[in-house]
Amino acid sequence: MDRSSHPRSRRFAPVIAVAAAAALTLAGCSSSSGGKKSEEGAADASAGKATTPRMTVALVTHQAPGDTFWDTVRKGAEAAAAKDNIKLIYSADPNAGNQANLVQTAIDQKVDGIAVTLAKPDAMKGVIGKADKAGIPVVGLNSGLSDWKQFNMLEFFGQDESVAGEAFGKKLNEVGAKHALCVIQEQGNVGLTQRCDGVEKTFDGKLDVQNVNGADKPSVKSTLTAKLKQDSSIDYVVTLGAPFALTAVQSVSDAGSKAKVATFDLNKELINAVKSGDIQFAVDQQPYLQGYLAVDGLWLYKNNGNYSGGGEQPVLTGPAFVDKSNVDKIAEFAAKGTR
Amino acid sequence: MSMTQQAEPAVTTPPVSGPGKEKDGRTQQRSLVLRLLARPEVGVFLGALAILVFFLIMAPTLRQGSSMSTVLYQSSTIGIMVLPVALLMIGGEFDLSSGVAPVASALTASMTAFELTLNVWVGVIAALVVSLAIGFFNGWLLVKTGLPSFLVTLGTFMGLQGVNLAVTKLVTGNVATDDISDMDGFDQAKALFASSFDVGGVNVKITVLWWLAFAALATWVLLRTKYGNWIFAVGGNKDSARAVGVPVNFTKISLFVLVGFGAWFVGMHNLFQYNTVQSGEGVGNELIYIAAAVVGGCLLTGGYGTIIGPVFGAFMFGLVQLGIVYATWNPDWFKTFLGVMLVGATLVNLWVRKQATRR
Repeated sequence: MDRSSHPRSRRFAPVIAVAAAAALTLAGCSSSSGGKKSEEGAADASAGKATTPRMTVALVTHQAPGDTFWDTVRKGAEAAAAKDNIKLIYSADPNAGNQANLVQTAIDQKVDGIAVTLAKPDAMKGVIGKADKAGIPVVGLNSGLSDWKQFNMLEFFGQDESVAGEAFGKKLNEVGAKHALCVIQEQGNVGLTQRCDGVEKTFDGKLDVQNVNGADKPSVKSTLTAKLKQDSSIDYVVTLGAPFALTAVQSVSDAGSKAKVATFDLNKELINAVKSGDIQFAVDQQPYLQGYLAVDGLWLYKNNGNYSGGGEQPVLTGPAFVDKSNVDKIAEFAAKGTR
Repeated sequence: MSMTQQAEPAVTTPPVSGPGKEKDGRTQQRSLVLRLLARPEVGVFLGALAILVFFLIMAPTLRQGSSMSTVLYQSSTIGIMVLPVALLMIGGEFDLSSGVAPVASALTASMTAFELTLNVWVGVIAALVVSLAIGFFNGWLLVKTGLPSFLVTLGTFMGLQGVNLAVTKLVTGNVATDDISDMDGFDQAKALFASSFDVGGVNVKITVLWWLAFAALATWVLLRTKYGNWIFAVGGNKDSARAVGVPVNFTKISLFVLVGFGAWFVGMHNLFQYNTVQSGEGVGNELIYIAAAVVGGCLLTGGYGTIIGPVFGAFMFGLVQLGIVYATWNPDWFKTFLGVMLVGATLVNLWVRKQATRR
């Protein structure tokens, strides 16, 4: 048998791969939508740049790689940094211990301010105390509403997940839902559980909870299809993230269910689905605003001693409802990837 | 990988008694039942059957044809990838990058088509090239460096995770790709990769057919071709295989390229079913693929296994995942149920094999 012929023919594969990669890179330059537009958007925002001295801010979140939500938070933070003459250091790790280490590296770098999420507050307590001791102002964002004050943090920008859940439950009553299904894409996540609990508190009908594997779409789809088939009385599916809402729409039609879909959080595709009526409404906690305000808050504190809420009250960025009545206005911004 | 396993003959015929049919006890013909039980796929078949019966009793909704179709769909999205992974394991290697490889493929197709505003088929072909190249790279690095595949593919796994995210962000400015469902060629590609059809009022996904077709093809290759022999040989004992003239490097590299093909197919399904791809997906699936192959009777050490076994292994995964939902058990316990069921099924598998090999 001729052994050399096979490897030789396959030797072209890497060459083609490199060519494809080059093509992809080129494509990045000539993109007609997405990347370029949103970059221009960011450039517009930095048009009026502050003349205050250059400062460094670290933003440390519990983002899992590739999550659209956190990408929007980061864009907000970058816009504020560009405007305020701030050098922004972004880092993230979903593991609480690793996230605490990232905060420690920010302290070691002697940054002028730290913005941090408290998804697992107890793990962050020690390192935030260290920042406090080192004289670095720390602001909270997104999660940690019940802990930021105890940790002696400056201010907090986020959504009260329970309040958002309760508002969602009331809205479900308004639209006449009787039996809803709350879909948790990450089992054991405190914030997600609080949302479902909040919905349950105000919702007059029956609420079931379903865990799904958020990292695998086919699995999300078939699990929801199974659940909807198993219980045909479910008339509303409540998802806790935009990508899962879009998958839920497919499950509803696969299962031949009459259920409608509503969700927490937004993304570009979801806006179109709200427009077309596939999704009834979405609760937006305005992630862009959280990232923007956290960075801008540190700038204000450094340059004018201001702090929102006076250290007593958090600044709530949500819940803001998006439905057919206001979706067109938001669609413009969402197309840039900033909502 | 261990090299202690003996290569299984390509065509498993029962051991023939010696000439003249003299019976001295050592070459005694075992009963048909025992010989059947000794097949690596029978244990997992019985395990899957037991779980199926269990859930049919516990979950009335599962008895409907449409529910079974959903289970088969879930199994097929796992199962298509399990086939090349099982072949690779029989050939004595792992691929830890098999979870994120489909995502890399789907991202390539979606971004190529969208950013250059091309017919989506161009993206599909580009994705195929990239996927095969990733598989080739894994295999090539393995035979060139002599490092264990665990390490080589762990590197690729981590590398791809970063590339998926960074390139997507670089090209699209976001961490998910844009919707390509309104582009030329999308409907054709969807028909091939992600359509469904009705059989007697039950909606069946096309991935189920592809899964079974690929499984039939892989079984034929494994049991009836010279290449199939090579797979057993390189998985059993690489050096002996080389000594008797088996092209070891070609066999190993081509097995990795096959995994690349599987990743491409699954990636295309995900893309055309869900229109967009999120760059962070797929992590963790590699373990499900390997577990389904192991439950299906493939040895972690290589040199032993079948294709039919992993087909049932994937079915068992799909069944347990959805059976728990149909049975309306407390969702907080979901992962625990899954773990207990899988270990249980593997034990049944092991027990059956022991019974079969006992005199």
